[in-house]
Amino acid sequence: MTKRTSTQAEPFLQCAGCKKILFAMEFEQNLRVCPHCGHHHRLPARQRIAMTFDEGSFEELDADLRSGNPLGFPDYQDKLEAAEARTGFFDSVVSGRAKLFDAPVSAAVADFAFMGGSMGSAAGEKIARTLERAAEEHIPAIVFCASGGARMQEGLLSLMQMAKTTAAAQRCAQSGCPYFAVFTDPTMAGVLASYASVADVILAEPKALVGFAGARVAKQAGVGKVPDDFQTAEYAHAHGMIDKIVHRKEMRQTLGTLVKLMTTGRRATVGSRRG
Amino acid sequence: MAKTWREWERPLIELEEGLVKLKAMAREAESPRREELETNIAQFERRRDNYIDVMYSRLGPWEKVLVARADKRPYTLDYVAAIFTNFVELEGDRRFGADHAIVGGPALLDEMPCMVIGHQKGRNIQERQYRNFGMARPEGYRKAIRLMEMADRFGLPVVTFIDTPAADPGVESESRGISEAIAAAMFKMFELTVPTVAVVVGEGGSGGAIGIAAANAVLMQEHAIYSVIPPEGCAAILWRTPDKGPQAATALKLTAQHALEYGLVDEIVPEPRGGAHRDPAEAAGLVKEAVLRRLCEMRKLSGEKLREARYQKFRAMGRFELASRRPATSD
Repeated sequence: MTKRTSTQAEPFLQCAGCKKILFAMEFEQNLRVCPHCGHHHRLPARQRIAMTFDEGSFEELDADLRSGNPLGFPDYQDKLEAAEARTGFFDSVVSGRAKLFDAPVSAAVADFAFMGGSMGSAAGEKIARTLERAAEEHIPAIVFCASGGARMQEGLLSLMQMAKTTAAAQRCAQSGCPYFAVFTDPTMAGVLASYASVADVILAEPKALVGFAGARVAKQAGVGKVPDDFQTAEYAHAHGMIDKIVHRKEMRQTLGTLVKLMTTGRRATVGSRRG
Repeated sequence: MAKTWREWERPLIELEEGLVKLKAMAREAESPRREELETNIAQFERRRDNYIDVMYSRLGPWEKVLVARADKRPYTLDYVAAIFTNFVELEGDRRFGADHAIVGGPALLDEMPCMVIGHQKGRNIQERQYRNFGMARPEGYRKAIRLMEMADRFGLPVVTFIDTPAADPGVESESRGISEAIAAAMFKMFELTVPTVAVVVGEGGSGGAIGIAAANAVLMQEHAIYSVIPPEGCAAILWRTPDKGPQAATALKLTAQHALEYGLVDEIVPEPRGGAHRDPAEAAGLVKEAVLRRLCEMRKLSGEKLREARYQKFRAMGRFELASRRPATSD
């Protein structure tokens, strides 16, 4: 993570990859990719939406879904409120409709700044609705993942979001609509082991952390020495778990091309909303 | 606080061992010593039963964790042997290798052919290693997918037994896509047009559990646990020490009673007095009754109805609220 997220406050910041000092303005113009080492820094959901979809096309839906601390888990309420204040969202996933090179899509973007992008009931619901919307309206689904995994403060309810979102992905697949997932830093555990991994096409940003067991969990389970590039997008790509690693600058174009290629084949109706 | 089931049950285990000795002595002894011993035995048995009732009537979440992990507790293959007949284990994933932490194959439940799949733990060091401590690798889930596909094709209901600490977190499993394997297994379960029943019989350990638990009916034994993360792992993340597992177990609400309360399982299957490990045969009988009843209920439903019901059931899981205002941002 970069030390600062507000560009107004500080004219300089340090790259999380090469530790070089960067000009904030240049850094932002470069889509938060380090001009020296190419490190892709994490992005707030709003910025991701702005740089990916057609200008002004994003229509946010279900913005008012929030967790109510169903288990009465210690300190959870405080964490939620702090995350709300930090991000301006009620949960880690921002979802809605958007256009990509004029093609309507159902989209969801996760924001790591909201409790590590973790998936509780609200995030799971938004992902499920995003995939269902794609199926119902016959439009492609695009989901940007950024998550440490399930949100343990919601206990078994959060584990069940894995099943719920995967069920919705199955429904999307059954409807014949393509589903594109983009793994950004990090895409881990309960999110990777559910809706993220059942997408038709999986893209990833360079060096994104992608893996099943987080470092602390793995350590407890006695996992020993690991390869240097273990749990990176490059590692997952080399092992066939990711289709393509795409630079942030090329993500919009790549997704646009894929959407076009995969919605103009047999199903000529895809891309036009029903009713 | 006790860290293992043996430690927690020690007084009870000692009583039971004493009883075994007393009974042996009584068999050898002659009158009137024999009558004396028998009176003693009866007293001890009453004490033991009282002890069990006291201990098991107020099991806290952490005690449930210990009991669910007890190595005397019946495992999947014990249930398969007690509930089914003609089980033929099918071991290949047709991709990479044989996994021994998930077992499965067709079997008869009374007259009904079923596909049985479940996590398998081991009891001694060799067995534990062979079963990888019940932590399935990608091949286990891919084998499960294969078996479920066949079940769907041949119209066999699927019965899964859930008992795993977690899916295997090692380097090898990561390299072969453990996450994808779990996700794909769940995905497959949502495609099935046959009735599916999952029974959580021990540890329902996070992704490793839900991978084969997305069933029409999800049952949970009285003292089983089901959790998004092991309590020790939760404590390690939140409080930087695995020693606070008992506190985490309470906070996670990982008991069957909680899962039912939150609508995440359909039914609690009672266990014999003092837990499934005290009377595995009775425990299996209770599981069998519940599974049979659920399958019979579903037999009338069409494939499409089953799939839709399964979808709606999981689709409804979660607790959230609607906010009345946008959150205030700090910047």
